[in-house]
Amino acid sequence: MKISADTATCIGAGQCALVAGDLFDQDDDGIVVLLGDEPAESQYVIARRAASLCPARAITITESA
Amino acid sequence: MNKTSGAGVVIVGASLAGLTTAEGLRSEGYAGPLTLVGEEDRMPYNRPPLSKQVLAGTWGIDQTTMSEADQLERLGVQHLRAHRATAVDVAARTVTVGGVAEPFEHLVAATGVTARRLLNSHGVRGIHSLRTADDALALQQDLGDAGQVAVQVAVVGAGVLGCEIASAVRSAGHHVTLIGRSAKARFGQTGGHLSAMIAELLRENGVRMRVGVDVDEIESRDADGHKTVSALRLSDGSVVPADVVVVAIGCSPAVDWLAGTGIDISDGVLCDANGVAAPNIYAVGDVARWLDPVTGEARRVEHQATAIEQAHAVARLIVTGERTAPIVPLFWSELFGNRILVHGRLDPNLPLTVLAGDPAERRFVAATILRGQPTGLVGWNMPREFRQERARLVQHVVQQPVEATEAVKGSEIVKEGMVA
Ligand SMILES: Cc1cc2nc3c(=O)[nH]c(=O)nc-3n(C[C@H](O)[C@H](O)[C@H](O)COP(=O)(O)OP(=O)(O)OC[C@H]3O[C@@H](n4cnc5c(N)ncnc54)[C@H](O)[C@@H]3O)c2cc1C
Ligand code: SF4
Repeated sequence: MKISADTATCIGAGQCALVAGDLFDQDDDGIVVLLGDEPAESQYVIARRAASLCPARAITITESA
Repeated sequence: MNKTSGAGVVIVGASLAGLTTAEGLRSEGYAGPLTLVGEEDRMPYNRPPLSKQVLAGTWGIDQTTMSEADQLERLGVQHLRAHRATAVDVAARTVTVGGVAEPFEHLVAATGVTARRLLNSHGVRGIHSLRTADDALALQQDLGDAGQVAVQVAVVGAGVLGCEIASAVRSAGHHVTLIGRSAKARFGQTGGHLSAMIAELLRENGVRMRVGVDVDEIESRDADGHKTVSALRLSDGSVVPADVVVVAIGCSPAVDWLAGTGIDISDGVLCDANGVAAPNIYAVGDVARWLDPVTGEARRVEHQATAIEQAHAVARLIVTGERTAPIVPLFWSELFGNRILVHGRLDPNLPLTVLAGDPAERRFVAATILRGQPTGLVGWNMPREFRQERARLVQHVVQQPVEATEAVKGSEIVKEGMVA
């Protein structure tokens, strides 16, 4: 799995960091900072959840085949 | 012509709430047929940038696309683009799309809202709404047509959207007058607490404010044989010159297609606390009026985060029968580079308590607090602190299980047959 975040779309709601603090942080302007773009398998569920809850739809998850 | 592939789930409205429901159904493991019916001839797109980046001219319209055709295909979603649902037969479980009755096992209403218009504005050029991508393009054209020259823009409606439009259009260099009916700018679920600060911010940036007045008349002139707006006459007798008018006086839920179903559509689609409007019929997003089990009131929320959470909740309910904890609204806005986040509802009857930063510096987090618990939280240019306070607040929310209604129980029975 690969995570990417579009910082131009991010509105700094912090939803991602709230639900998956191990994968996402925010910079001083609140814009999303990826703490790693390849999560461990144990983090897949939470990564998907963070992406699906982002109100700006700024997070994309690419699932490897 | 049977365009949907058998029964399964039919979602009407191919925007944020509809698309998220489709994604939610698949991630919950639903493998049956999935049809997404959308009136607009576009791929699903994101609306918030329309009044921000797109209007300010920093984004092209394509940057708002949420899902491309191949992504929907991979998701196993049949997207009926430029198709309108016109009727529902509850007993027969069919929805009429393009004149054809399509069967459904579950029907999700995600048709959103449409912008209200000013009376007597029909046929007058230069008067705009801002709800769809086409609206944004038409507005852009009128603003740009003046040939990089600053034009006179009147924004009618001083709610969140009106304030955002005023901010974006002013930032693009035009002359802007913001006209509001109530004496204060209304700003989402902020209970009037931010009105003075927002008015000050707008004024400081050169937006003229005309509040406590109504638009009485649209004055027009003849331009190339077309009736074109020239000014607005207000209820106090004054006249605001306007080459372009943007109307942001609220929206009406798109429910005409559900008329005659017996579902209460007096203000959106009335649902129980789980989004169930009738057995096997659900509503999500701006069109949905869910019962709030905490207050006992049913209300619509026109914000992205709520639309997303409702969509996931309904997807989960359809697939697993699991119910949802009450959804707390979250919204954001952007005015002249100030980013404002609001969680919950600021109570108009409680004082605003500053938790971090300083409102005078336009950097703060504040809350209305009832018996030691925040009822609502606002973050103004302080996203990190806002998130920290919000995390604390979310922990406090008692996650009460919501009682199953008869309608929900009904839908669970049918559910078993369809989940692959
Ligand atoms: C300019 C603008 C700025 C905004 N900014 C913010 C913001 O900053 N933050 C925030 O939280 N929210 C914001 N919002 C609100 C946010 O966009 C909505 O909450 C969100 O779009 C709701 O999604 P929805 O899918 O419920 O409804 P909609 O996005 O309205 O989609 C409904 C869709 O259903 C289609 N439809 C309607 N009737 C039929 C029918 N009979 N058959 C088939 N299709 C039909 C419509 O054409 C439309 O495509 C903004 C909205 C606008 C317009
Ligand atoms: S949830 Fe989305 S909008 Fe919010 S900080 Fe994360 S990426 Fe940005």
